[in-house]
Order: sequence, then C-alpha cells, then structure tokens
Amino acid sequence: MTDARVKRYLVLEDGSVFEGYAFGADAGTAGEVVFSTSMTGYQEMLTDPSFAGQIVVPTYPMIGNYGINGRDAESARIRVAGFVVREHCDQPSHADSEMTVDEYLRSQDVPGLWGIDTRALTRRLRTRGVMMGALGSSAEAAVGQLKAASTYGDTDLVQAVTTGHSYRWTDSDGDRQHSNSDAGQRRPDWPRRRVLVSDYGVKYNIMRLLQSRGCEVITFPATATAEELLQREPDGILLSPGPGDPELLDYAVETAKGIVGKVPVFGICLGNQVLARAFGGSTYKLKFGHRGANHPVKDLRTGRAYITAQNHGYAVDADSLPANVEVSHVSLNDGTVEGMRHREMPVMSIQYHSEASPGPRDSEYIFDDFVALMDQGMDQGMNEAKSN
Amino acid sequence: MNNPPSEPKPIAKPKKVLVIGSGPIVIGQAAEFDYAGTQACKALREEGVTTVLVNSNPATIMTDEGVADVVYIEPLTVEVIERIIAREKPDGILPTLGGQTGLNLAVELADAGVLDRHNVRLLGTPLATIRAAEDREEFRDLMGRIGEPTPPSEIVESQQGAEKALKIIGLPAVIRPAYTLGGTGGGIANTLEEYWRFAGTGMAASPIGQVLVEKSLAGWKEVEYEVMRDAADNCITVCNMENFDPMGVHTGDSIVVAPSQTLSDKEYQLLRTASLNIIRALGVEGGCNVQLALRPGNIVAKTLPDQIEGPDYYVIEVNPRVSRSSALASKATGYPIARVAAKIAVGKRLDEIPNAVTGKTVAAFEPALDYCVVKIPRWPFDKFAGGDRSLGTQMKATGEVMAIDRTFEAALLKAVRSLEITDRDALWEPKPDDTHFEAHDERLWTLLAAVRQGTAPEELSRITGVDPWFTRALERIAKMEARLLAEPLGRDLLWEAKRMGFADAQIGVLTDRSEEQVARRRAEYGLRPTYKMVDSCAGEFEAETPFFYSTYEQENEALPTGEPTAVVIGSGPIRIGQGIEFDYCSVHAAWALSDAGVKSVMINSNPETVSTDFDTSDRLYFEPLDAESVMSVIQNEAGDGATPASIVQFGGQTAINLSQSLDAAGLPILGSSAQSIDIASDRHLFEEFLARHGIPNPPGAAVADVGRALQVAQEIGYPVLVRPSYVLGGRAMEIVQNATELVRYMSSAFAAASGRRVLIDKYFEGREVEVDAVCDGEQVLIPGIMEHVERAGVHSGDSMAVYPGLNLTKQEVDAIVDYTTRIGLGLNVRGLMNIQYVLTSGNTYRSPTDGSKREGDGRAEVFVIEVNPRSSRTIPFISKVTGVPMVRLAVNVMLGKTLAEQGFSGGLWKKQDIVAVKAPVFSMSKLTGVDTYLGPEMKSTGEVMGIDREFRPAVAKALMAAGLMLPKNGSILLSMADKTKADAVALVNELHQAGYKLYATKGTAAMISAMGLEVTTITKVLSGEHPNVVDVISDGTVDAVVNTVTGDRKSLQDGFNIRRVATEKRIPCFTSIDTARAAAESLNGPTDDYSVAPLQDYLNGP
Repeated sequence: MTDARVKRYLVLEDGSVFEGYAFGADAGTAGEVVFSTSMTGYQEMLTDPSFAGQIVVPTYPMIGNYGINGRDAESARIRVAGFVVREHCDQPSHADSEMTVDEYLRSQDVPGLWGIDTRALTRRLRTRGVMMGALGSSAEAAVGQLKAASTYGDTDLVQAVTTGHSYRWTDSDGDRQHSNSDAGQRRPDWPRRRVLVSDYGVKYNIMRLLQSRGCEVITFPATATAEELLQREPDGILLSPGPGDPELLDYAVETAKGIVGKVPVFGICLGNQVLARAFGGSTYKLKFGHRGANHPVKDLRTGRAYITAQNHGYAVDADSLPANVEVSHVSLNDGTVEGMRHREMPVMSIQYHSEASPGPRDSEYIFDDFVALMDQGMDQGMNEAKSN
Repeated sequence: MNNPPSEPKPIAKPKKVLVIGSGPIVIGQAAEFDYAGTQACKALREEGVTTVLVNSNPATIMTDEGVADVVYIEPLTVEVIERIIAREKPDGILPTLGGQTGLNLAVELADAGVLDRHNVRLLGTPLATIRAAEDREEFRDLMGRIGEPTPPSEIVESQQGAEKALKIIGLPAVIRPAYTLGGTGGGIANTLEEYWRFAGTGMAASPIGQVLVEKSLAGWKEVEYEVMRDAADNCITVCNMENFDPMGVHTGDSIVVAPSQTLSDKEYQLLRTASLNIIRALGVEGGCNVQLALRPGNIVAKTLPDQIEGPDYYVIEVNPRVSRSSALASKATGYPIARVAAKIAVGKRLDEIPNAVTGKTVAAFEPALDYCVVKIPRWPFDKFAGGDRSLGTQMKATGEVMAIDRTFEAALLKAVRSLEITDRDALWEPKPDDTHFEAHDERLWTLLAAVRQGTAPEELSRITGVDPWFTRALERIAKMEARLLAEPLGRDLLWEAKRMGFADAQIGVLTDRSEEQVARRRAEYGLRPTYKMVDSCAGEFEAETPFFYSTYEQENEALPTGEPTAVVIGSGPIRIGQGIEFDYCSVHAAWALSDAGVKSVMINSNPETVSTDFDTSDRLYFEPLDAESVMSVIQNEAGDGATPASIVQFGGQTAINLSQSLDAAGLPILGSSAQSIDIASDRHLFEEFLARHGIPNPPGAAVADVGRALQVAQEIGYPVLVRPSYVLGGRAMEIVQNATELVRYMSSAFAAASGRRVLIDKYFEGREVEVDAVCDGEQVLIPGIMEHVERAGVHSGDSMAVYPGLNLTKQEVDAIVDYTTRIGLGLNVRGLMNIQYVLTSGNTYRSPTDGSKREGDGRAEVFVIEVNPRSSRTIPFISKVTGVPMVRLAVNVMLGKTLAEQGFSGGLWKKQDIVAVKAPVFSMSKLTGVDTYLGPEMKSTGEVMGIDREFRPAVAKALMAAGLMLPKNGSILLSMADKTKADAVALVNELHQAGYKLYATKGTAAMISAMGLEVTTITKVLSGEHPNVVDVISDGTVDAVVNTVTGDRKSLQDGFNIRRVATEKRIPCFTSIDTARAAAESLNGPTDDYSVAPLQDYLNGP
C-alpha cells in the first residue's frame, strides 16, 4: 500500500460519489462504469480492447497479487479508461512478474481508484444499470470530467482500438510482437487455411488459437470492405470482439453482408452482433451486461452446458432474426442469445469469448468447429449447415 | 480439446436410495459429512426419491426424524447394511456423502456380492473409480493415459528395489508404506540416512512389505479444485483453494485460502482444465476433489533441489466423493455441493438444478467470490501438550474455523479469533526457545513473531516455502501493530486497523486500552462493521441467501428485519470436549425458533457444520464467537428497534462463556439468566447453593495456591480430583493420589487457566450417572437416566453410557429425580441442564445382564459431581432414544411456553422398552506421542450408538460401531494394576468362557494362574527377552489388550508403550476394567442375534 495516500473520487451519472485513494496515473478520466466478476486475469482485462471507453471494476477485491508480466497482455496496450479496485497489491509474488498494477497503469497514463466499497458500487450498477462515471481528484473535478465526456453509447469505440493497417500475426515462438509486413497474395508455401480477422478490437489469444490450429492469420482494420477482404482469397473470415454499440457500425455490417455466403464466417462477441445486423436482426443494450469468467451457456444442438468467459453490454434480439438464422447457444443465466448459426450459409457466431484469456478454456473447441467449417469448404459447409 | 457433442443420456431415476453416513467423528472425518448427508437427504426427497439413511453416529442431524424417510442408527458393517438392504429393498445406494467410510463400505458391499444379490445400483461414483483413486499404481496409470502428470514414483519391496528407486527418484523423496492408514512408518526423506531409515520402517510397517517411493514436492504450491460433473458430462469447478502451507503438510492441517491468491489466470485455468479432465476420466457423477502441486515462485523455487525439468504441475490426489474440502468450498462460495451432487446422482443435469442461492439461475455456473476466505485447522494440542505437534502427511486437526472478509489479512485475523484457543490471540508468541519453522500447530504465530522482530518476509518464505505473498501479508499486519503502538488512535488509524481485521481487544493491548474503551472510541467515531452477503455471484444477481460476514465497508446489506428475532450462538470449531453434539443442538434451536414464529439468527465460525448451512436459520452470520463479533451482530440485528435476545445454552462452553459479557453489556439472554449460569459455574456459589438445599456433593474447595491445596486435600483425604474452574471437556483434570502429585499439578495447572482457581474434590470411585433435564421454572422433566459403564474418574465424554440405567435401585432413581428437580427449580433454570452424579454404594461394575441385581442396604448414596446449566454432549443421544425433543422443549420454555403447555410434565419420562449404549470413539492412532488411557481428561473425538431390546446386543453393536468389538475366540493381552486385579477375576472368567487364549504380564499372569487357568507370561521389559508385550501386539499374536492403570505417574509410564502399540496396530485397547468387562460380556452369547431396525421401530416398542 502506498504510504502517502492521495484521495480520488468516482462520481456516477446518478450523482453517487465514492471516495477512495488514487493509484495509477495522476489524471482524470470518464467512461461507462462496468463490473467484471472474473477473479483472475486482471492484466488480460486491462488490455482487452472490448473494455475501451469503460471504467472497469473487478468485483474480486484483491487485484495485482501476481503482478504484470510480459505474456498476459491481450493487445498492445491498456484499453480501459479507468480501473477501480478494493485493494491493489504493491508487492506482487510471481516468477513472471515485471511490475505492479500501479506501475503498469502509470506507465500508460491510465488512472485508478482503490479503497472503495466495490461491492456497493457493483450492486448499484446491477440495480440501476451501467452508467457513465468519472474519476477525479475531487468530486467536483470528477463531475467536470463527466460533463465533458462523450456518452459511451454514442461513440464508435471500434475506431479507437482497431489496427491502422493490415498485418500478419506471428506468434510462433510465444513472442507477442506482430509484424507489420505485407499481407499480400497467397503463396504456395503458406499454411493451408488463411483466416482474415476484421479487427473491431481483437484479442491476441484469438489469433494465437487460430495459428495453433494451422491457420495463417491476417488482421485488417475494421473498415476493410468485403471486396478488400475477399480479394485476399481467405478460407475463412473472423469478425472479432470489440467495444461499443453495434448500432454504430454500419460500415462493418456492410462488410459482413458482403462476405457471408462467399466464405465461411465466424463471429465472436461484437462480431456476432454485427452478423445479426447483417442478417437483418437487431441488438439491444443489457442492463448491466455479462462480464466475467463464470457464465453458463447452453449449446442447444447438443444440450451441453459450458462455462464461458463473457464481456458484452449488448445482446442480439432473438425475435429479430430471420427464419434462416437459428439461435445455437443461449445464456443459462438470463436466456439471452449466446450464439447463432445460419441454416443455409457457413456462418457461425458466438456472443461469448471462446478464446477466454481470462477465463475457462472449455470453449476452445469452437475454434476447431470453425476450422472444420473452413475445411468443409463452401458447398459442404452449406450442406452441413442445412442438415442441422 | 474437442468435446464430442453427445446427447444427454436419460437415466432411470431410482425410487428408493440408501444413503450411507460416515459414522463417528474421528480426525479426518468430522461434521462435514453430517452436513453433506443432511443436504443430500433433503435434496433426494425434493426429487421424490425415498431415502433410507444409515449411520452409527447419533449426534447427527442426518439421523433425525424428518431428514430421511427411514433412519437406521446401526453399525456400518457389511452384515448390517445387507440386512438393511434386504429389508428396505432400495434400488440405489449412495456412498459418496459418507466420506472414506462410505466409499470403503461400498467397495466391501460390492466385493461381498451384496449389491448384485439385491440388485442395488451404486450411484455417484463407479466402483472402478473408487478403486482407481485408492490404488496409487492404478491412479498413476490412469493419469498417464489422459496425459496428466503425477509425481514420479516407484514401488519398492526390497533393499535392492529401494536402491533402484533412489537412483530413479532421487532425494528428497516421500516414502509411503502400502496399506497403513495414516502413513505410519513413512515420511519425507531429505538425506540418505533418512531415506534408508524410512525405507526400513516403512516396509516393516506395511503388512505386505511394500512402500511407494515418490518424488517429494515439498515446497511446491498446493492447490485444490472442487469439481462437479453430471451424467451428461457437463462439468464445472465450484471453487479453487490455495494452501498457505506448501506441499508436505496434509491439506486438512493446512491454512487454506479461497480463491487462490498467487495464481495467474493462465495457471488458474491450467489447473482447472486438468481437474475437469480428471473428473471426466474418472466418470464421477457428483462432486470430486482434485489436489495439485504447482511449481512455486522464484524465491521459494531457489531453495529447492534442482527441479527445472518436468511439468509445471502434478496431480497429487483425487477424492471421488464429497469431502472436507467440499464442505469448506460450499461454505466459502455458497454453492451447495452435497445437495447438487445428490441430485446429479439420481440423474439430474447441472443445468436442470436451480441455484438455491439466487433462486433464479441454475447450478451449472461457477461461483464468483468478492471476498477472501481463510480456513485454519483446530488442533488438539492444547489438550495433548505432550503429543507430537509436527505436521506432515498425517492429519491431526479435529476441526477447523473459517473466516470471510474482503482482504486476506482481515480474514486471517478473524480466523485466528475464531479458533478460541485460550489466551492465544494474534499477538501471542511462542516461547523464544520454541520457535522453529518446520510445520507445526503454532507456526503461524512463529511467523508473526518473526516479522515483528524484523525478519524479512522473503527470508521466511525461503525457510518455510510459504509463498512471499502470504508472508508479506503477515508483515503488513505487523506494520499495523507497530503503527498502533506508536501513533495516536485517531479515526483513520482505527478505521484502517478494523479494516485489516484487528479485534478491539488487540487494538486495546497495543494502544494500552481496555477492549471496552476501544469499542467506545469506535462508537464515537461511528465505526461499525457492515455485513455483506455470500451470494455465489459477486453481486451480479440479486440473491436470497441470508448468509453474511462482517467487514468494515460502506454499505450494509443485512438490514434489521424488524420482526421478532433471537440469536443462537453456535459452538465454533470441533475440538475434543466440544463436538458435533452442540452443533446438533444449535440447529434444533434455530428450527424450534422458526417454528415458533421467531426469526432465528445463527452465529458460528465452523464451516463443517449443518448450523452454517444457509438454509438452517433465517439468517447466518459467519463470524468469530467472541464478545465483539457477537455483540456487533446483535447491534446490527437490533438496528433502531428491539434488541434481539441471545440463546447461549446450545453452543457448548463457547456460548455459555459469552453469557457474562452479554449480560454485562445489558444485552438480553433467553432462558436461564447469567446469574443462574454463574451460580452453577462458580464453585463457591454452587456449594453454598447445594448446602442451602441439602443436596450432597463430594467435599472439596476452590483454591488459589499450593499451600491451601495441600491443606484441603489433607482435610478431605486422597485421592482427590483436581481441575481448573471454567474449562471444557475436563481439560487439565486429574485424579491425584498424594501430596507430591498435588504439588506437581498445582505448579502446572495455572498455565492452563491463568488467573483462575483450581477445584479440589474428594474423588469417589463409584458409579457415575448422568441426566439431562429441561426446566420451565415450575417443573423439571428428565427424559431418562444414563448410567456409565466406567466408574467415576473417567470423563463422562469418554464413558460408555447406557440408557436406561439398568442397575439403579428405586431409592437411587428417586434421589436422582429429587435432586435434579430441586437443582433445576432452585437455580431457576429456564431451558436445559445436565447433571452428573456419583453413586457410592455397591460394586463399581454391575453386569446389567446379571439377574441377581445388586446387593446393598437400599440406602441411596448419591452425590452431585457437576451441574452444567446448558445443553450437553448427551442431548442428541437422549433425545433420540427417548423421543423427547429436548432442544425444542427448551427453546419453547425460553420463549415463555411451559412444559405443560407443550404437553409434557415434570419428573422422569417413561422408560422406553429398549437398551441404548453410547460408546466413545478415539482418534489416537493419528496423534503420535499421546497417551490413550482413560482418565478425567476427555480424549475421544466422537461417539456411536448401539440400540436393541437388551443390553448384550446393544453393547455388542456399540462396540462393533466403535471398532472395539472383541473377535470370537481370540487372544488377549492382560496387564493390570494391582488395584484392579480383584475386579479382574470376573473379566478373566468371561474371557476364558468365551474361549480366549490369555497372555499376561507377570503379576497379572500370577493372578490368572492362581485362578487355575492357563496363561502365557509375557515380559514388560522392552530391552530384555522376546517376545515382550510390544512384540505380541505388533506381530498380531493378540487381538486385544486390557491395560489398567491406577493413575499414578509410574504405572502410566509403564503401560505407555503397550497402549501406543495397540493403538498403532488398531486393536481394541481397554484401559478401564469396566469397559473391558462390558466388551467381554458381549462375547458370551450368539454374536449375530442383534436386531437391525429403523430407529422408529425401536421407539414404537416391540
């Protein structure tokens, strides 16, 4: 614990004020305040692009116990707008630890708040719904931040996290650096399956899991058009997770419309919502979202239940989907849509995070399903899909 | 990787299921199985399944009317279970909730062909899995097949084999002898010398001469996962737990933290995935516990032998059943593992079982915690100071406490408060010459003392293997102590100290204030604990569980209900002298309150129990049972309204001791007043009271110094019974034969109860009789009289008790009823009391089967030994065998309803047409170095009951259930003190008639020869000729031992080896001639003519 404690405040849109202490960067911030119930994986959470624009509150009270390491980041930098914890650990204990959470936040100019009753905050968000909030050195400063901030739901946050240019993912020796080099035409010596990723805020582990299944992975900006993607002769396209309201992503929806039926498509999280819109469906905002590592999902085709990692604030409206799109997975907690399959086209998508990181790995088999879908090719894929 | 999708297969739901309980409480198998079995029976009945329950332990909620459809309190043997199966015709048997006892019995039933013969399906865990988890070689092979790493090991049966194993495994190595319970003979070898020593002793100890040499992972992190699986192959983990103590200490003896603290998500998921792979491979349908070793962090790893190669984790052990850890995980998360496991066993899928916590979601989820849980074991070394206190592969704790808070430091400090070890708070330090860092029961305090003295936490981690994250937390506690010592106690400092879990009492010590002064300052600053809910979902969903823990935070979730409320104070951790019986009483108290329309609030700190099941009471507070915590809960429940009254009668000495603090604080107590309690507990007041009422008690006095003690003893004459006042389970109680011993006692006794006086009483070697009674201020109801088999001088908790008293004259019964009634009314008891009497006329042992009854002049010589103004250990027993619901009656009396209004009247309740024998059960084989002889200090950990129409089959069943049954036509070693030889003639005759071959030490052999019987003389001298007494026990020549002692130090020392060896060998060893006679008596007559019937049948009469 830092000896010289500096007060810091969280002010919520509904006027409630939480007084705690500052850690991380000496700055104010604003964002949508959300809680996550995952007990481990704070480094993955901090760097998950889907948390862009949000002040994240882990419900687990002691954060930072095993430090920050060189392996667990899920994107190039911290993405959260702010971080609010009950306790943060100044003396982490782990062989891989390189710095504390406090140092990590400071190094990337992200402010944190500790020492508040995070459970009280969580209960408030649960009962009233997620809302905007701001951190400041005084309640007044925080209110100022809040007023100045643009509303989460009105901001296309994908633009803030997507890659600026296409790149080929290379992580063969556990090195998370990715090359900016060319992602051009196929060469005969490249792997059999080429997967293109529409980066709405992709996590490294998605690319790692594809690569470990023998895929070449090339990642594109979210604004890449269907034409741009298809001309790279992909075996499959993955629409990635990402932050914000899918209603703001008309460009991504257009791209999705242009690729479905032409190549096997796999959507995860925001990718799932974009696909739903591409099929003519709609999405809506959940009261307090699904964020954590313990969410049960039922695969309706097998009847099996899986524990999944989730991080979404919006959901697909099942009733809005056309008849040729079936709901393949539902949440066992609230019955919301957790996955879809197109009855005629090789399109599969899930609302949860099969890449986990953080969270249980039970759903990694979904990547095998996607690989199988690609291997069956377009025709077989469609037949397979029809037979379901 | 790829889970083949499979349609859930439908399973025929069984109609009637036999649930096997775990038997008596022993070390390693405690109240957690009562909790599990009770939940399971309730869950099965919800599913429309008829439940038949069998358990030999009467002090359980599961054996209560209304929990299962049919209850058998019978010994857990194959013969008995087969008779139950033949009678009840269940189509399924569920053994996975009865601990290792249940699983072992299931295997025996299958092997004996019972299950096939009666067409009974084994539910929960397949037979092959039970075997695979028990057989280390099979387990290793199975793990190998699914690619899960196990520590390298070699099976060794010879010197050459041991040499080969040493080359392959290297040092350090664990040597585990095969088929010896408790790892006798084995150990962790760090040096060649140790290796060869353990290899030798291990092979010698193993009945098949086999040991397993295993790579030692001492120093690695120890992590456990609680996993559930249903028949459709859905799997979840309920919780993971990290041991504060690294590998090398039995998990039951480790401080445990939930969830894990030092694991990254990748590690957490790595071990989680392994655990799921394992439960799938084992095919368990229900709950399973997986123990894993994880490579430690740098600081610790550098201290270990070079172990760079190999996997990052190893699978250590699997329990394919509900376990102690699952009870802990259930309480730590709110996820009811046993309940869900039972439903899975009858074919439900996880996604079909509602989540009882939220009432909205389903059981297919993984609890998210937003707090930290710390468990600390409770060891019996406050009683057995001479025992071996080191901790290793053999579990030694009798119980445990759990505490919850938002930080590790706070949860740890609260857990320390919950231990209730006299005078040992977090600030206590072991004597400087006692500080060693090997694992032992006081190591936590040793570490705290070291950080206080400035030892770097990393240094302590290097020495102990405890992860630096934990030792640094200890340092933060020490730093806070230093601040409290140095800084003025302002609001901020006090707030921070309270947030870190410091008790008012410790803050008082550090700031030179009384506990009350600190409490007052806290009140002035407006600092009060808030209460947070354990909801299994970290606040994500609205939950209905009324399960709370205190913490110093902003928002309080436990708002007063405004309804009539009473607080039941529980009994804390299970320890010798305060066992599951008191939890039984607390649970019944909560139920009785609810039935009477009063909201019940339970406070307890023990995660193993039924009382801390969140649906036992209307509200559960998981808190230490100290004055601060209890008063804070009461204040919280009161809010601005009426202060709820507390019930202190059911939580053993823990609760009764709080009565004076509550009363002093002006808080109301339900039932007998603090003043009544004080009179019964204070020697002087009590003597005055008895004298006033003309009720005799053994002469004696309370003394404060040696001089006065000698004087009193001189006046009343030796032998005298000495004990400190206000103690539990006869702690530090002794029979003293002469002045020398009295001086020795007086110079040591004050350590056990500092500042308190010592009671000296004339010791009468008579028969002991015990009654429980309920009093409403007008009448006193005595449900029955229990007569002890052993003469006075053996602690009542260690005595066999027989209901009804079979050898009492009418005059004696009348006197007991009269005294009991007058004491109850005179003390103005409202609720329960327990009285022990000694009867001095006639012989000390009289055979209940002896038709001639007793001689004597008909004069009743009855003395009161002790009055406890509270529920007692025998309440579950007497309630069950008489059908009188003692706790319910008592609670209603407290609420103002007379016995008459409840349909009962005063006096002795009608004698039932049964004989029930309660027998104590000991855990001595697990406590090396502890003497097993019976005396005034209680040593047993549990109890069993034998019930039948007559004494002989009843006592036979009690002995059978307690594992003390003498085999037919066996051999026995007799070694008796001169004093008991006269009493031994009848015993020897009984044994001879039963066809026993007799072995005896010199003096005893002479006595037997003089009776004209054949006897083999065995020398007592261990260094001399062979075979000696130890030889004939360890080589299996004799099947049982009788070794009586007079109580003086010399004869105790002589017999110590005999008793210890018999204990290690797990053969009956009787140290009271009276128990031996009862056992011998049970031999004469057919052994299989006992009845096996539901409890209700016995009570309904023949």
